[in-house]
Amino acid sequence: MPADPLSRVFSALADPTRRDMVARLAVADATVNGLAEPYDVSVQAVSKHLKVLEDAGLVSRSRQAQRRPVHLEADVFDLMTTWIERYRRQAEERYRRLDDVLQTMPDDVDTPTPSTQTGAPS
Amino acid sequence: MTTSTHQTEIAADPDVPLVRISRDFDAPPAKVFRAHTDPELVVQWLGPRSHEMRIDHYDCRTGGSYRYVHVSDGNEFGFHGCFHEVRPSELIVQTFTFEGVPDGVALEKMTFTDLGNGRTRLIATSLVDSFGDRDAFIASGMEEGVREGYDRLDELLAG
Repeated sequence: MPADPLSRVFSALADPTRRDMVARLAVADATVNGLAEPYDVSVQAVSKHLKVLEDAGLVSRSRQAQRRPVHLEADVFDLMTTWIERYRRQAEERYRRLDDVLQTMPDDVDTPTPSTQTGAPS
Repeated sequence: MTTSTHQTEIAADPDVPLVRISRDFDAPPAKVFRAHTDPELVVQWLGPRSHEMRIDHYDCRTGGSYRYVHVSDGNEFGFHGCFHEVRPSELIVQTFTFEGVPDGVALEKMTFTDLGNGRTRLIATSLVDSFGDRDAFIASGMEEGVREGYDRLDELLAG
């Protein structure tokens, strides 16, 4: 398991079953048994998935011994969205600079000559 | 023509470790392509604003290679890769390695699609070999924001 928190979150979500569990927890808290129901897997297997989600900080389990409802930590999701948005904005800034460069270029740009393709020195 | 309001769209694929960026430009494909291949033009836009970009070599043709560095506060960050397929005004396939992680490599593909009326859609995909690398790659683009973000996540996860 990756050491840094962001990678833990993303690798926890790399598994389709875990993503599905998270999607269901986004609607409401659920017990382990409740989460296991729709899948063709054992409660133990679901518990293993939950452990990964828990280690990534995506879900938490209350200490109530019997029912132990699983709760989605929505803050972590907000943070991931923020990160992706930052990355998008950085790409946007880069492409705005490209917009500016394109403005300064002459209109009669030639497509590179075939010699460029064959690797002949220019 | 009014001021460009094109939006950069980004998608992190859930099933393969890939990031896809899409952006339209008010210029024909030949021009957008040239801005990707002529080092004198590349240096004007590729690097982050806070860093000085210096190109060692940039030989954008099939079988060519490139290396450049970003310089910030005396620190140099090197990047290099090979151009695997370069098709004028259509396609660039290249590898990308951050020299701080020399074993890591991304496979990047840029397609230039003619939208007509002198406009181009650029789609840039970046494929790495693990989700961990993909996410590190996303995180690495975020400059100071990422440190702040990690601190905040640490706080959240510690809470």
